Amino acid sequence: MRRAFAVGLLLAVIIPCIGIIVVLKRLSMMGDALSHSSLAGVAAGLILGINPIVGAGAVCIAAALSIEAIRKRIPKYSEMSIAIILSAGVGLAGVLSGFVKNAANFNSFLFGSIVAISDFEMILVACVSFAVLAAFVLLHKELFYVALDERAARLAGVPVRSVNFVFTILTAVTVSIASRTVGALIVSSMMVVPTACAMQLGKSYRQTVAGSIAFAVAFTLLGLFLSYYARLKPGGTIVLLGVVCFLMILLVKKLAALCVAAAGRGGS
Amino acid sequence: MPGAVRPSDVLRADNLSFQYGDEPVFSQIGFSLSAGDFAGVIGSNGSGKSTLLRLLLGELSPATGGILLFGRDVRRFDAWPRVGYLAQNGLSSGANFPATAEEIVTANLFSEIGFLRFPRRAHREKAREALARVGMAACAGRMLGTLSGGQRQRVLLARVLVNEPDLLLLDEPTNGVDAETVASLFALLSRLNREKGVTILMVTHDIARAEESVSRIFCLEDGSMIELDKAQIRKELSHKHKHPAPLGPGRFAEGGGKS
Repeated sequence: MRRAFAVGLLLAVIIPCIGIIVVLKRLSMMGDALSHSSLAGVAAGLILGINPIVGAGAVCIAAALSIEAIRKRIPKYSEMSIAIILSAGVGLAGVLSGFVKNAANFNSFLFGSIVAISDFEMILVACVSFAVLAAFVLLHKELFYVALDERAARLAGVPVRSVNFVFTILTAVTVSIASRTVGALIVSSMMVVPTACAMQLGKSYRQTVAGSIAFAVAFTLLGLFLSYYARLKPGGTIVLLGVVCFLMILLVKKLAALCVAAAGRGGS
Repeated sequence: MPGAVRPSDVLRADNLSFQYGDEPVFSQIGFSLSAGDFAGVIGSNGSGKSTLLRLLLGELSPATGGILLFGRDVRRFDAWPRVGYLAQNGLSSGANFPATAEEIVTANLFSEIGFLRFPRRAHREKAREALARVGMAACAGRMLGTLSGGQRQRVLLARVLVNEPDLLLLDEPTNGVDAETVASLFALLSRLNREKGVTILMVTHDIARAEESVSRIFCLEDGSMIELDKAQIRKELSHKHKHPAPLGPGRFAEGGGKS
């Protein structure tokens, strides 16, 4: 369980770092496409007898680069590139899963198995997390500007192509390691939900990034506790907590706005 | 067409032709701007004004002809912080991007801050100064989504100005903003042009306001580009008041517009 907390915390820090840029670039479904594609890598890894996370990583990187390549060719319908890769990933995973002998092992990647990860996976998660976090911190302003306005970023001198390439690799690597722990079907929600919560409350970009991480950490810790004591699936519990929190924030904001309006009417 | 290349040319386009697929936009147009020029480009919708700016920014490649920015071919030009560009539709990410005005302006100091480096206090102060120049000092800490259309436009102008560019390319900067903001934007641009010698090329539909501020006006229409003199513009303005209609080069031709 202690290991689950450590891995959960590491992922709770890096997933929203990637998630906020994905959301701001209007590519919220990218996590879905990559996580579904990662399943094809998991199946391929299990069939070939190599570590499924390595297989997931390789397929995720290929899928992410394909999304970028298609996006550049059809910039006006860039979201279509995600749908195409998502379809290809699901199709490939579906076909390959038929050849996997240990179905239970494959299924563990769908909803994750954060409490049953190996030493190798623990080290892998730690190394990747530090690398992603270091890259995110170093490329903080470049990623911000590319997400804000790609054209202006290019004119300001930002190496937009290189930044996009690095970010694509970071996303793919993050999704592939997260698919083992929180689950391929849930990693996309982990990218989007904490960011969505933070965007409701943040008063600056910096605050929104910090808020996304804080929300993800809180959801992960609470989710792990709840799942342990109530015997629930950890990945699903974490994401559901996030969705409930997001809805509550919306509700509280709406009530606060109504109160302010009522006070204004009372005062005038 | 412009004559021989002059050392004072900030921007120069020669024999420029462009088409989208089989659809020609303009053909063999040419013009040049010297340091300190304040030029307006007018023309009806779809005449290729924004396309012209995208060519000048090197985002599109012309079918024929070439463009020089500060004497350098645009395809090899790399001193982009010398060029400030304000897009017609503001930010590509939309108006609700979760960032403050100061964060947005600071981002444009990239070349000064440096790759993989962090903005320092001096950079943030410079951003606040740029915001103050456009009358937005009080809004530095406000999120973009909480600002009005006119305030957002000022923030984007501050973002452009923070690098103290020598050339400003503005694509309908007064689109969708109130009359008061339009007046202050034009006053600010005139001041920049007069006091700092910034060369400005502005695409606009607001011919009346442009006529008061700019030193040169080009009309892009039916695939060609002509430069109008003040008399022609005044004639066009009086005609426009009587018969509001899209602009066309035919109406200027009798006034002897030069190409």
